[in-house]
Amino acid sequence: MILLETTKLTRAYGGVVAVSEVDFQVREGLITGLIGPNGAGKTTLFNNMTGLDTPTSGKVHFNGIDITNHSAHKICRMGIARTFQNIRLFKELSVLENVMVGLHFTTGKSPVTGRIGAAFHSYLRAREEYELMHEQAMKWLNFFHLEAFADELAKNLPYGHQRELEIARALATSPTILFLDEPAAGMNPFETDSLMKTIRRIRDLDITVVLIEHDMKLVMNICDTITVLNYGQNIAQGTPTEIRHNPKVIEAYLGKEEA
Amino acid sequence: MLNFILLILIYTGIYALMAIGQNLITGYVGLLSLTQAGFFAIGSYVTAILSVTYGIDFWITIPLAAIVAGFFGLVIGLPTLRLKGDYLAIATLGFGEIVRNILNNWDKVTNGPMGIQRIPMISVFGVRVSPYEKWGFLVLVWLFVLVGYLLFERLAKSRIGRALEAIREDEIAASSMGINTTRYKVWAFVFGAAIAGVAGSLQAEFILSVTPGAFTFMVSIMVLCMVVLGGMGNFKAVILGAFLIQFISYFPQLVGLSNVIPPQFKQVLFGLILVIMMIWRPQGILGREKRNAPGSFFRKGGRS
Repeated sequence: MILLETTKLTRAYGGVVAVSEVDFQVREGLITGLIGPNGAGKTTLFNNMTGLDTPTSGKVHFNGIDITNHSAHKICRMGIARTFQNIRLFKELSVLENVMVGLHFTTGKSPVTGRIGAAFHSYLRAREEYELMHEQAMKWLNFFHLEAFADELAKNLPYGHQRELEIARALATSPTILFLDEPAAGMNPFETDSLMKTIRRIRDLDITVVLIEHDMKLVMNICDTITVLNYGQNIAQGTPTEIRHNPKVIEAYLGKEEA
Repeated sequence: MLNFILLILIYTGIYALMAIGQNLITGYVGLLSLTQAGFFAIGSYVTAILSVTYGIDFWITIPLAAIVAGFFGLVIGLPTLRLKGDYLAIATLGFGEIVRNILNNWDKVTNGPMGIQRIPMISVFGVRVSPYEKWGFLVLVWLFVLVGYLLFERLAKSRIGRALEAIREDEIAASSMGINTTRYKVWAFVFGAAIAGVAGSLQAEFILSVTPGAFTFMVSIMVLCMVVLGGMGNFKAVILGAFLIQFISYFPQLVGLSNVIPPQFKQVLFGLILVIMMIWRPQGILGREKRNAPGSFFRKGGRS
């Protein structure tokens, strides 16, 4: 089943067309890879799907609902979480607090009294609510074996752990789709291996994962399906083996062979 | 002499209320707003006009002052909070000046530069709290500070406060975590404005007259200094900041040198303090308060 889909999505910045009429599908339960040379428009496509940017034309559908012009917080609340290429943690907050921010909106709903009631509730019963959120946040920290760092400031974490924390924070919003923008950037081979295991564990939680990555070993190993962008256009999609032998993809990465 | 110290402490309390509001806006949400003087003026004039022209009791005018100031916070916040950093500072500074100019020129309602005199004194359960008996007024003002502190501290410790801090740290990431950043920014602005309105109301009752000249840009700068000096993101610290800034600004009179040191000297001193703080202690005297588990609203203490 197609969970998320873009139809003829175009994003132009003035004369520069970053993404041009891209049709991109995410199937439920699969790990989808999005690859392409630098400047191919991968992150722009991500931003357009997660509400941080609005497409010039084209549509984004999630579960059959048109989310093209929704703002980022609304899209997140519908179940799409993401991480960022350049880590965007809340640096001056503790590791635990970072995850608790991810829990923010799920704890802010009150079926009886609505949002204002919930605001009063969290104001008057802050401690009760804190303990509830603390428990859930620790669950996600345990998932990444970060519990020892819970009280550390996020900015003091080692780089690899910062990447993990960003994923933990995104997972705390209990998404159905998780977008990872270059999760392995700057990681050593050992860390990348452990990241691969983590991504598989996330998939086992019934979360659909979409990732942008330059590390071909990781992409070819864990992705069920891969889409290749070049100059803002969707040039190929298929299984890792198909992509590996696709002449267009080879050309995009290595250039044309002189005849 | 004692009376003079009491006077300084009363002003400290009034400014501490404004600094608490500024701390929510600047210390928690990280918005550089320079408009507390505007909301302060609105609060003052609401109390003055309602009590003098319409003879309404002070205790009714004070929540109205908060609501009107908060409403203007909403009106100003909605368009300007799309701006960031310096641009927001300039836009909000403009608002403060607009308020002062309107008060100066709208003769029918505000009586222009003459201001409004003969504001009736406060009475608590039939007992008059006269500004001439400073002890009573001091207690009254600091009760307001205590309530304001508890309410705002509580807000900052709750789930909502965490969202505000997330917006300060990284707005894009916060919105990607499902936080409606615009809504929270505007609400913080409204609450900051409302408490400045309360401060204005108290000031009107203390001086028993209001004039537009009392709400210059310098007031906003002083409030910002209090927050920066004490420590952003720490409500206790900004009250300490309010105390220090007030004592510094009345220092020449306090030591009897007011005819030697001109009053403008305090502006030089504020500038100096800001420069020194930025170089050696940018986090302020007490620094930011670490977020930890809040105590219960009704019983304090327990696990940290």
